[in-house]
Amino acid sequence: MKRGFASVFVNGALAVLTVASLFPLVWMVSVSFMPAGAASTLPPPLFPSAPTLAHYHELLLRAGMLRSLANSLFLATAVTVCSLAFNTLAGYAFAKLEFGGRERIFRTLASSLLIPGQVAMMPLFLLLKTMGLVNTYGGVIVPALAGVFGIYLVRQYARTIPDELIQAARIDGAGEFRIFTSVILPLLRPVLASLAIFTFLGSWNDFMWPLVVLADDKLQTLPVALASLSREHVQDNELMMAGSVLTVLPVLLLFLALQKHYIQGLVAGSVKG
Amino acid sequence: MKSRVAPWIFIAPALAVIGLFFFVPVIAAFVLSVTDFDIYAMADIGNLRFTGLENYARLLSTPLFWQALGNTFYFVVVGVPLSIALSLGSALLLDSHLARVKPFYRTALFAPVVTTLVAVAVVWRYLFHTRYGMVNYALAHIGIGPVDWLGDPHWAMPTIILLAVWKNFGYNMIIFLASLQTIPAELYEAARIDGASPARQTLHITLPLLGPTLALVGIITMAGYFQLFAEPYVMTQGGPLHSTLSVLYFMYEEGFKWWNFGAASAVALMLFGLIAAVTALLMRVSRRWIAP
Amino acid sequence: MTGRTGPSALFSRIFPRLLLSASLALCAVCAAAAAEPVTLKFWVMGREGEVVQQLLPEFERRHPDIRVEVQQVPWTVAHEKLLTAFAGGALPDLCQLGNTWIAEFSALNALTDLDGLSRSSSVVVPQDYFGGIWNTNVVASRLEGIPWYVDTRLLFYRSDLLERAGVRSPPRSWNEWEQALAALKRSAGPDRYAILLPLNEPEPLLALALQQQEPILRDNGQYGDFSGTGFRRALQFYASMFRNGWAPAVGGAQIANVWDEFARGYFAFYISGPWNIEEFKRRLPGDLQRDWMTAPLPGPNGPGTSIAGGASLVIFRSSRKTQAAWRLIEYLSEPAVQLRFQAITGNLPPRRAPWRDPQLADDVYARAFREQLERVRPAPRIPEWERIAEAMQETAEEVVRGGASVDAATRALDQRVDAILEKRRWMLAHKKMQ
Repeated sequence: MKRGFASVFVNGALAVLTVASLFPLVWMVSVSFMPAGAASTLPPPLFPSAPTLAHYHELLLRAGMLRSLANSLFLATAVTVCSLAFNTLAGYAFAKLEFGGRERIFRTLASSLLIPGQVAMMPLFLLLKTMGLVNTYGGVIVPALAGVFGIYLVRQYARTIPDELIQAARIDGAGEFRIFTSVILPLLRPVLASLAIFTFLGSWNDFMWPLVVLADDKLQTLPVALASLSREHVQDNELMMAGSVLTVLPVLLLFLALQKHYIQGLVAGSVKG
Repeated sequence: MKSRVAPWIFIAPALAVIGLFFFVPVIAAFVLSVTDFDIYAMADIGNLRFTGLENYARLLSTPLFWQALGNTFYFVVVGVPLSIALSLGSALLLDSHLARVKPFYRTALFAPVVTTLVAVAVVWRYLFHTRYGMVNYALAHIGIGPVDWLGDPHWAMPTIILLAVWKNFGYNMIIFLASLQTIPAELYEAARIDGASPARQTLHITLPLLGPTLALVGIITMAGYFQLFAEPYVMTQGGPLHSTLSVLYFMYEEGFKWWNFGAASAVALMLFGLIAAVTALLMRVSRRWIAP
Repeated sequence: MTGRTGPSALFSRIFPRLLLSASLALCAVCAAAAAEPVTLKFWVMGREGEVVQQLLPEFERRHPDIRVEVQQVPWTVAHEKLLTAFAGGALPDLCQLGNTWIAEFSALNALTDLDGLSRSSSVVVPQDYFGGIWNTNVVASRLEGIPWYVDTRLLFYRSDLLERAGVRSPPRSWNEWEQALAALKRSAGPDRYAILLPLNEPEPLLALALQQQEPILRDNGQYGDFSGTGFRRALQFYASMFRNGWAPAVGGAQIANVWDEFARGYFAFYISGPWNIEEFKRRLPGDLQRDWMTAPLPGPNGPGTSIAGGASLVIFRSSRKTQAAWRLIEYLSEPAVQLRFQAITGNLPPRRAPWRDPQLADDVYARAFREQLERVRPAPRIPEWERIAEAMQETAEEVVRGGASVDAATRALDQRVDAILEKRRWMLAHKKMQ
């Protein structure tokens, strides 16, 4: 029956794609529990025969990954909280407040999305060096305090707020900031959730800038620590898998918990509203 | 009463940050690129020279730069269509009413997108190990001899392309899915009544209506793929024999390994020019092909 | 007994006590501040980084006011990290610096001149150091570092495999070497090799290049001369080892574990440095300990030269703790401590006194090194050397793996090197450095 065949095809194809998508991740977790050297044998094993926590122990307690984990957590949180504040204020202003040159300024900002971030990298490094922020947490947080994508997202969403609400509040005598905190923010909750998880994920996964700005071992984030460990311990398969698990698991769990918001934000940011 | 000052207070923090930490550096990059700012200059600014377009001229006559350019183009030209095809295909599959447990599939196919690139690059490096990797083991079962994925200059870039496609296809898939869901079901109904097969329906209804989204996604994906860096950094360090050296990796080494900020800024600006040119080209082409 | 009471009593009795206790407290605080340990940040690389910790408790016992915080930095990223730290203003107080990098950091004005400190020191006595080694630390009459250990590269080999192949003694010249390699390959078969030359390590090729009469850079290091006869001869010889199947075309990452493979007989010759004396003793199985030995590097016409390597201890100009750092340098330069260091790492002392001790004088493996140290030449002492060495090795890889011709590849290398040296030429022309 045609329909039966089509159904098998569709679901079969999806199943194959799912296996392809998830297999590396599952394998990563599996190998991280294998004793050292177990994965470098033929035939390559799929599951650990003698699961061990030794690699996690080694990474967290001896190789300083606990510190890197804390750094990543701290930086991602700080960037998310601060940039949310800056971006929301600006996004709302661009959407609902009137001031001279509003559209022109916004268009200029939006144009910056076309410029790859690496163009700014070297001069930014020199600027932060004169400010004394190189090799400090500030070097990562300060440049990330605001971003055009976040402003754009908030603006898109804020535009859907009915003007009457704001007008009514103004007539009641509320100041702009009062209106923002008591009327607008609650309405912006969904986009704030999306932006928060976007920003957190982006900051956690960021690699090139922390690589360049944080030289000190003690300040490294997880991806940077993992990259440098992987270039050293080329042979230690299982140890590196444990490192990858530590790096990926937090954000994967966060995503699973909040995927609705993440995907909403993704769609809102790319489909013209 | 609307405040005249409030709006400026609202946007001031963000504008200050973006202005100072993005726009100013971008302009400064132009200035840096016409000097030979290097480690000597960092030690003593008196060692700085204004060199005009010499950085650009020197780069254009450096074979390694052209190789990086070629590698990056190879990555974009093969990777982007592959990635979009896979995204579109999986979106179509997910959109089909025949698909079961859609939320599960959607999450599973999207999972690679949120993973940290460095971490999965490390995993990939072991999956594609010549002797002990799963991929060669599986290939051995169908009679294909062990391939030196990351050690053979011919196979290193394809491996990286595969990684990039695997990691990113979920992102565009979601965007396509959202777009697909805006296509009215009546159109498909009408076509079905007229006797069109699912394949024809896809070809004549879905794809044309997806046109604008396809174009946008294509351009954004392409711009992102030009910025290839983390995969070669973790997996191959630009090798073997510079076959995976990308323009951004070249810039990173020039700038943060050898501290030639002048030359590195020139590379960054050339990359920017390249992306801008290709973007403009693609936009013009897509505008002509896609019915307004 | 009469005592004074009332307000005056307060004054004359309690107040002096209060004053006394306050003074004592103040003294205690001052004393604590004065005795508060100075913490030195010390960056150490490679194996030395792992091991130097063992030498420090004694130092900290002798100097209770100094604490040493060691950061281990792998050699693969050390150069990058040091430059990054320099650019970011995050350099440590002192560190171990490979002697090929001293010219670079000296040009950057990053190092403290140790001349005055060494003159007034009774431990660091220049006359006791090997002259050539001491001189690698002197740049424009400034003493930029104190040699910590010397390093050179020579042959480690499996004596049993050589015997099995009919090679009676380790080769002394290139001719003998080629014959030995051919014999070893015949006896090893298609799956094993005669020598391991990891394609990511520039040292073997550099040693061969330094054995030539012609220098690899000309005009005071302003231009490359890689397309000259000297280097081309060295590169031909190097490439021939791969072409003849004597060496596997692999990079460092592709060898699972060099000691395991040596024990398995995957290769019979390995060009390496003194740290591997202790590593081999530690990691090779017991029954193999009588089957390996060291020998000086063969040269084109007889015993050849090798690289005058090694590392020094330097104090960075940005450090505020120069005196404390100097104490640590003095400690690590004491002959007794150097002997202990040698025992753990195999690294060889740069001064003569420790060599007279039976620990070194009787070490059979160190003997080849002692001989080789009489025939060593340094790599060009210019700041750009690191980058040039990398370009040189990449060229070698292109010839070996990519099939490029030696002539074309070395001409391209010269072009690349000339471009790298352009700034140096400008700075020399404008007398901004020597």
